Amino acid sequence: MQEANRKPAVLLLEDGTNFKGSSIGLQGTSGGEICFNTGLTGYQEIYTDPSYFGQIIVNTTAHIGNYGALDAETESSSVKIKGLVVKTFSDIYSRKTADSSLQKYLENSGIVGIAGIDTRKLVRHIREKGAMNAIISSEILDIDELKSELEKVPSMQGLELSTQVSAQEYYDYKADNEEFKVAVLDLGIKTNILRSLKERNCTCRVFPAKTSFEEMQQWQPDGYFISNGPGDPASTKYAAETVKKILEQEIPLFGICMGHQILALATGISTYKMHHGHRGLNHPVKNLITGKCEITSQNHGFSVSSEDIEKSEVVEVTHINLNDNTVEGIKVKNKPAFSVQYHPESSPGPHDSRYLFDGFIEMIKLQAVNT
Amino acid sequence: MPRNHDIKSVLIIGSGPIIIGQACEFDYSGSQAARSLREEGIEVTLINSNPATIMTDPVTADNIYLRPLEQKYIVEILEKHQIDAVLPTMGGQTALNLAIDCDEAGIWEEYNVKIIGVDINAIQTTEDRELFRKKMIELNVNVCEGRIARSFLEGKEIAQEIGFPLVIRPSFTLGGTGGGFVHSKEEFDKALTRGLHMSPVHEVLIEQSILGWKEYELELLRDNAGNIIIICSIENVDPMGVHTGDSLTVAPAMTLPDTVYQNMRDLAIKMMNGIGEFAGGCNVQFAVNPDDDSIVGIEINPRVSRSSALASKATGYPIAKVAAKLAIGYNLDELKNAITGSTSAFFEPTLDYVIVKIPRWNFDKFQGVDRKLGLQMKSVGEVMGIGRNFQEALQKACQSLEIKRNGLGADGKGFEKQEHILPGLENPSWNRIFLIYDAFKLGVSLRTIQKLTKMDKWFLYQIEELVELEKEIEKYSLDSISRELMLLAKQKGYADRQIAYMIGALESEVYEKRKEMGIRRTWKLVDTCAAEFSAQTPYYYSTFDEENESVSSDKKKIVVLGAGPNRIGQGIEFDYCCVHGVLAARESGYETIMINCNPETVSTDFDISDKLYFEPVFWEHIYEIIEHEKPEGVIVQLGGQTALKLAEKLNRYGIKIIGTSFEALDLAEDRGSFSDLLKKNDIPYPKFGVAKNADEALEVCQDLGFPLLVRPSYVLGGQSMKIVINEEELEDHVVRTLRKIPNNRILLDHFLDGAIEAEADAISDGKDVYIIGVMQHIEPAGIHSGDSYAVLPPYNIGDLLLHQIEDYTRKIAIELKTVGLLNIQFAIKDDKVYIIEANPRASRTVPFICKAYQEPYVKYATQIMLGEKTLKDFKFDPIKKGYAIKIPVFSFDKFPNVNKELGPEMKSTGEAIYFIDDLRDGFFRKIYSERNLYLSR
Repeated sequence: MQEANRKPAVLLLEDGTNFKGSSIGLQGTSGGEICFNTGLTGYQEIYTDPSYFGQIIVNTTAHIGNYGALDAETESSSVKIKGLVVKTFSDIYSRKTADSSLQKYLENSGIVGIAGIDTRKLVRHIREKGAMNAIISSEILDIDELKSELEKVPSMQGLELSTQVSAQEYYDYKADNEEFKVAVLDLGIKTNILRSLKERNCTCRVFPAKTSFEEMQQWQPDGYFISNGPGDPASTKYAAETVKKILEQEIPLFGICMGHQILALATGISTYKMHHGHRGLNHPVKNLITGKCEITSQNHGFSVSSEDIEKSEVVEVTHINLNDNTVEGIKVKNKPAFSVQYHPESSPGPHDSRYLFDGFIEMIKLQAVNT
Repeated sequence: MPRNHDIKSVLIIGSGPIIIGQACEFDYSGSQAARSLREEGIEVTLINSNPATIMTDPVTADNIYLRPLEQKYIVEILEKHQIDAVLPTMGGQTALNLAIDCDEAGIWEEYNVKIIGVDINAIQTTEDRELFRKKMIELNVNVCEGRIARSFLEGKEIAQEIGFPLVIRPSFTLGGTGGGFVHSKEEFDKALTRGLHMSPVHEVLIEQSILGWKEYELELLRDNAGNIIIICSIENVDPMGVHTGDSLTVAPAMTLPDTVYQNMRDLAIKMMNGIGEFAGGCNVQFAVNPDDDSIVGIEINPRVSRSSALASKATGYPIAKVAAKLAIGYNLDELKNAITGSTSAFFEPTLDYVIVKIPRWNFDKFQGVDRKLGLQMKSVGEVMGIGRNFQEALQKACQSLEIKRNGLGADGKGFEKQEHILPGLENPSWNRIFLIYDAFKLGVSLRTIQKLTKMDKWFLYQIEELVELEKEIEKYSLDSISRELMLLAKQKGYADRQIAYMIGALESEVYEKRKEMGIRRTWKLVDTCAAEFSAQTPYYYSTFDEENESVSSDKKKIVVLGAGPNRIGQGIEFDYCCVHGVLAARESGYETIMINCNPETVSTDFDISDKLYFEPVFWEHIYEIIEHEKPEGVIVQLGGQTALKLAEKLNRYGIKIIGTSFEALDLAEDRGSFSDLLKKNDIPYPKFGVAKNADEALEVCQDLGFPLLVRPSYVLGGQSMKIVINEEELEDHVVRTLRKIPNNRILLDHFLDGAIEAEADAISDGKDVYIIGVMQHIEPAGIHSGDSYAVLPPYNIGDLLLHQIEDYTRKIAIELKTVGLLNIQFAIKDDKVYIIEANPRASRTVPFICKAYQEPYVKYATQIMLGEKTLKDFKFDPIKKGYAIKIPVFSFDKFPNVNKELGPEMKSTGEAIYFIDDLRDGFFRKIYSERNLYLSR
């Protein structure tokens, strides 16, 4: 039995709630903001998504690890989460094409995790009390001792993390048949966004988070893309300044997740920290322009203010969440600039929203005709 | 688009009698749809010939037509009512076929009826194998290589092209009837002939075999705006080769990475969009090559199906209810998620638990049957287990089956020899999952087991791990077992009874021990969203975890025990009774608690009871719920033998049985005391005797004389019941029976050859008795009552005898201190009425009488059981016009080699009701003249 061979581990939340389980992944101690993801599939894509940088992920699905790990199914070059909480963890897997077990993969990536706790109780707790910091340890089992470790974990609110996961120098992600050039501001980009643009014949030049507008402009891109990323958007002011300058041009701009929040900030719309965020593969979004609905992949703990948009003369809402009516998409009036809060590149998740990339390409084409 | 207000009146077509491949899941979908439409103020008219359904109840629909599912009756309805639209997707293939027939005959057009929820062309495309193939190729969806054959010669040619192994699939048949794998040239000719013969259009598809590939199903919903959601992914643990209805399945899919799953999702959406435009449910089946993750489309069903009933119960998302709303114009984003009450119905449910479905077979009923599983469905019912992990769900499903096992393994009933185990791994039958466990226990390698079963390794690991745990626990005793190990065993679903077996203790000792250790059940919600949102709906399952979400209220409560999986002898009738019991108790102000494990049923719809515990009807699960909820009592007389046989233990544990007491239930089963009771009241009964072994039986028979009716006590549906005419046969049958059911007592009755059979159902409050109906069988004695045509009221029993029947019924009801329902079987010979047996519980015929006389007898009986009312409080006003005939329906076409003879052992899977005005009716004359046709011993 896998369970019998595992070392004990504890999970301690900021409010003192704790759970005793068994250690998975690497043995050690690791803290971050705890949040839950309700997806049934795609654990490896989740763990490697840079937007989760600094966070401890709770997978709500009953089993994790069943199909092992595959190097090709990652969203960045390394595992980005700070820690992992699951119900039943499988170090054995059946997928013939897999490269290793998830246990081995996590161990090699230095990820500390805990299994065998009442994750549903934990999720209900987070749902009630909101997002908070937490710490997992298989070394320090004494709660009081662990508390002092937990105090060292910084709060997510006001935290700037993009520069930690962004490219350090620009690099090119070349299309096989280059038709368009897209300048990507990398706040912690998921690889599948680049793949999605590449498939549409875009060569992307991926710039570090703090790249200036002028530097990007020098490359003479046909469009700008502002990526997803971790941390508090309000603390990523430098990016909002960059976007403001892009908006002065008539060059198409597309933002996803953090990129969406940055576009909002650049147009005078504020962002706020949500109670416990949206993280999963089943979030219902309605496109207010077409009236069509889409099931979306989401991962965000901050959101843009709908009150501000209502008052704004510059921005309008294009997409809303059908569960809680939060803003899921905006566009800038009379400008070729739009963004969505969710992940149309959806890896993991349903492919319902890929049309947004096509829309971006159409915008680029149209702009080329107009100028 | 909001609701289409032009639709004010809808006709729903039911699925008819229960047959293999089409069971009570369509009662669930039909009644959900009806309720969903009535919520909108739409007048609902229903046609279904199956009287044992909730859908044909006045609680569900406005106008009910218990008529055969034929064109002329559709016309009759359309003549009488202004029907705006017909919804044919809730009644399985039967309803769709009838809708197509009517469409081809121009009936819908003539009466200006809109077909909603489906596209007729889509049905054609999906049912015609060749059209389906062409469509898939056009959509760029991979399918198996194959071609259609319309003649024997054509078939031979195609087989030569494709090579063996291959698959033969007849067009337009239900549940894969007539289909099968062909491994060699030698088997081919026979299989081809049969396939062509079984297809109503004499057409089969001959296809490349993808035996052993992983098999999946997705359940989809689409609205008029083209919005599509996937409600559930289901993975078949039995890989390709076993009909999905006969497969052990799990949800959500356990071994699919996101990349493959999303490809499958895209394909499913493409397929649904490709076959036609309609708003409603759809089921798509896929196979995945385990070597390279490539996907092949297998089948698409543009309707609500058995799997969608399972998906609804697995996720909490009411597919049929929403599909009905979509059919009348609503879009998904305009509807709310029924479970949370606050979020959108346009979303995809996510699970934080696992469900396992296991089919229930009845091969024991059919001598000479081919027990091998294949493309044609053979199971008669199914169970679902819910757990926090796969192993727990699997164990709970095994505990729900009622096949005299305590779960998977650890009950001393496994095989211990390789030659008994290995062939069954390669050639799947009902017991493959048990054999896999036995194989691991024996030390057979995972490699070999995988090679033989072709199951995904992950599932086999799970079972191997269970076996390892059993081996570990066996090292300990009740005193030495640690809390950790005990907890692990419970979390992996082992029953107290199994643990007791492993450590050599009693079930009660294990229970007490773990209670001491603080290891108790907790209950979690099925909430569609993995706790992301708070939910309103009290739909629970048990597990062993920290937090309990089921809060016990201080209201007065009643527990109703369900009937478990459908099987021959105990089917939908008992679910009908349970649902009415729940509704009646609710009406009387009780908080109602339903416990059942059958995903096909209405009773496990979370809208029916105040609290639904989706749990095995198995002692420890029930007992812990009762300890937690502290109900006033438990209703056992509505859930068939499943519930009834728990009465003894409930009684022993001091739990009140609502209605007729355990003592009375026991008295009726005990031949000795019951005949003393009859003797005391001057009521005749056939001479009988009781034997424990063949010697005693041979002695007893001297006194009784042949022919003799021989059967074990405490069984259902006439299991192992036989008429014997000499000592040789008697001995043979006694030996056989005791081998099958050891330690049982054998009852021997003098068989009244050529007697007329009758039965009566009654309600009693302990003082007064009301006979709700007396039925006369058409066949003479010797055929099980469930397999006989029965006529309500009797057609040629004289007044004097009828009075005697009524008089005896009253006397017995009072003597047994019956509170609730009672059924008595009679034989009439030489103008004398004999009592064959009395069952102080709801019987198979109760729903039939309720429907024929249009009165809610189960509701009345429940209110009496609860002590809320007495018989005097009711004004009985049955509608008695002509006669109602109960028609037994068989599924023999699924078992081609089985003898169709009928006898004392029940074989029918369902029933229909047919009304006649008088005895000159042609149908009645025909069945009456053929009454001896299928008689066997």
